[in-house]
Amino acid sequence: MLPLLGLLIRAPWSDLWPQLTEPQVGQALRLSLVSATLATLVSLVLGVPIAWVLARSTIPGRSVLRALVTVPLVLPPVVGGVALFLVLGRQGIIGRVLHEQFDVTIPFTTTAVVIAETFVAMPFLVISVEGALRAADARFEDAAATLGADRWTTFRRVTLPLVAPGVAAGAVLCWARALGEFGATITFAGNFPGTTQTMPLAVYLALQSNPEGAIVLSLVLLFVSLATLLLLRDRWLGRSGSPVT
Amino acid sequence: MSLHAHVVVRRGVLLVDVDLAVADGEVLAVLGPNGAGKSTVLRVLAGLLPPDGGRVTVGADVWDDDTHHLPAHERPLGMVFQDHLLFPHLSVRDNVAFGLRTRGVRRAPARATAEGWLGRVGLAGFGDRRPTQLSGGQAQRAALARALVGEPRLLLLDEPLSALDARTRLTVRAELRRHLADFAGCTVLVSHDPVDAMALADRVVVVEDGVVVQEGTPVEVARRPRTDYVARLVGLSLLPGTASGTTVALDGGGEVAVAEPAQGPVLVAVRPETVSLYLSRPDGSPRNVWPATLAGATPHGSTVRCDLAGAVPLTADVTATAFAEMGLVPGAQVWASVKASEVAVYPR
Repeated sequence: MLPLLGLLIRAPWSDLWPQLTEPQVGQALRLSLVSATLATLVSLVLGVPIAWVLARSTIPGRSVLRALVTVPLVLPPVVGGVALFLVLGRQGIIGRVLHEQFDVTIPFTTTAVVIAETFVAMPFLVISVEGALRAADARFEDAAATLGADRWTTFRRVTLPLVAPGVAAGAVLCWARALGEFGATITFAGNFPGTTQTMPLAVYLALQSNPEGAIVLSLVLLFVSLATLLLLRDRWLGRSGSPVT
Repeated sequence: MSLHAHVVVRRGVLLVDVDLAVADGEVLAVLGPNGAGKSTVLRVLAGLLPPDGGRVTVGADVWDDDTHHLPAHERPLGMVFQDHLLFPHLSVRDNVAFGLRTRGVRRAPARATAEGWLGRVGLAGFGDRRPTQLSGGQAQRAALARALVGEPRLLLLDEPLSALDARTRLTVRAELRRHLADFAGCTVLVSHDPVDAMALADRVVVVEDGVVVQEGTPVEVARRPRTDYVARLVGLSLLPGTASGTTVALDGGGEVAVAEPAQGPVLVAVRPETVSLYLSRPDGSPRNVWPATLAGATPHGSTVRCDLAGAVPLTADVTATAFAEMGLVPGAQVWASVKASEVAVYPR
């Protein structure tokens, strides 16, 4: 708590407003919110099926898959950024094909920001959803099957609603992690205002030239994170405390 | 249209190998101790567990054989689980309508049919509630409605009453009996409670260690248990021995006089309420008088159930008053007596 208090104490409350209304701040904030939300959506689309496979299926290689998914949790984000660059950069394994065949360049674009954030933040979602799936009573799925529901219908109409609180919690964690992502983003996407300069990058840059501005930006990030957590806690996460059976 | 099942499944060290046949409209109870494999059999019938061998057919349709496994969701069946498993995120009405919706019925007619079924199980007006807002008995009724709504050919009941408290159990059991009587398809009920099996089933199959050890009507099984497990369930003392006329030499030593002559290996069954206890050796007509030690006593309704150790191990029911007047304590030396005409004897 102490570092957060420090932030509040040192905040230049008097000229907060002029600092906040600077166009660079709005730009960075908008980019951060958009890219973190996109990264969360991508994570949901990819992560929920992965979590299902990890929790429910018995295919071989599950432990390898789990290890691969959770590696970004322990990997320094900068290393993740370098790895992404090596794969998706213009000279990268996939990046070269994309560039030469389709004239698509990923590094140093907003797409790269989203990819970097997804790479770092998705494990939070996968782990949270996998935990919820394991905790949910799989016999509800048996019951659905005896009522004529195939796997997809069961997943859609029974499993997903049962683990919805877990999915919501995972999505919030994932979003918060994506919002704060720095290392992989700056390595893979660079630091271009308007296209790849997200809030954390703006904070870091401002700290070199304008410490007070950095504090203001940090406050904004702090406020957005807290507001989101509180909002979602009341609307969704509060339900996870109610009995499931 | 009827169920024929030969189910072979290996579960760890247990090899389940069970043959079942159920006619239309018939209720078959599979009775057995926990871990005997009876729920495994039910899961195979439901299609939730592919068997390792055998064959399951319903009418002319093959559900399982060596080459073919029909998945659960393609089987026209209904299943009621021990703890109802109503979907917590759906209303009671939508729970009951679920099986119709998955089979392509539109929302409005599915809900109307569900509402009709809720009325039949005495839950009219409860459709908007969540399952958590129902009592245990109500939830189990809703679960029955959910299982029956699709007019299945096979109804599977997995310990349907064991999660209910004693009083609710009585009423739900009576209602279940009524609904089963109306049901045209085959019913397989799994239970470890003999009362449920006896009250609900037309025929009982006893499964122990993965194999059928006894089969018959509830009355037959209750009168002539074949194994200790069944004997204990129905409250009989079961004594294996070898008969020679009206005398049976027990395998554990001791002799029992019986009224009906028999020959060869037999089982002797004694009902606890026919056994009398005395502090000194009684004189009189009973030919069966044995010394015994009181090994233990537990209250059993208005009587006390006494376990007797000795050459003829028995269980005796005595009234609580008599138990107190005789001053019986564990370890007490008593005489046990039973009329030969009260002793059942049948071939092993």
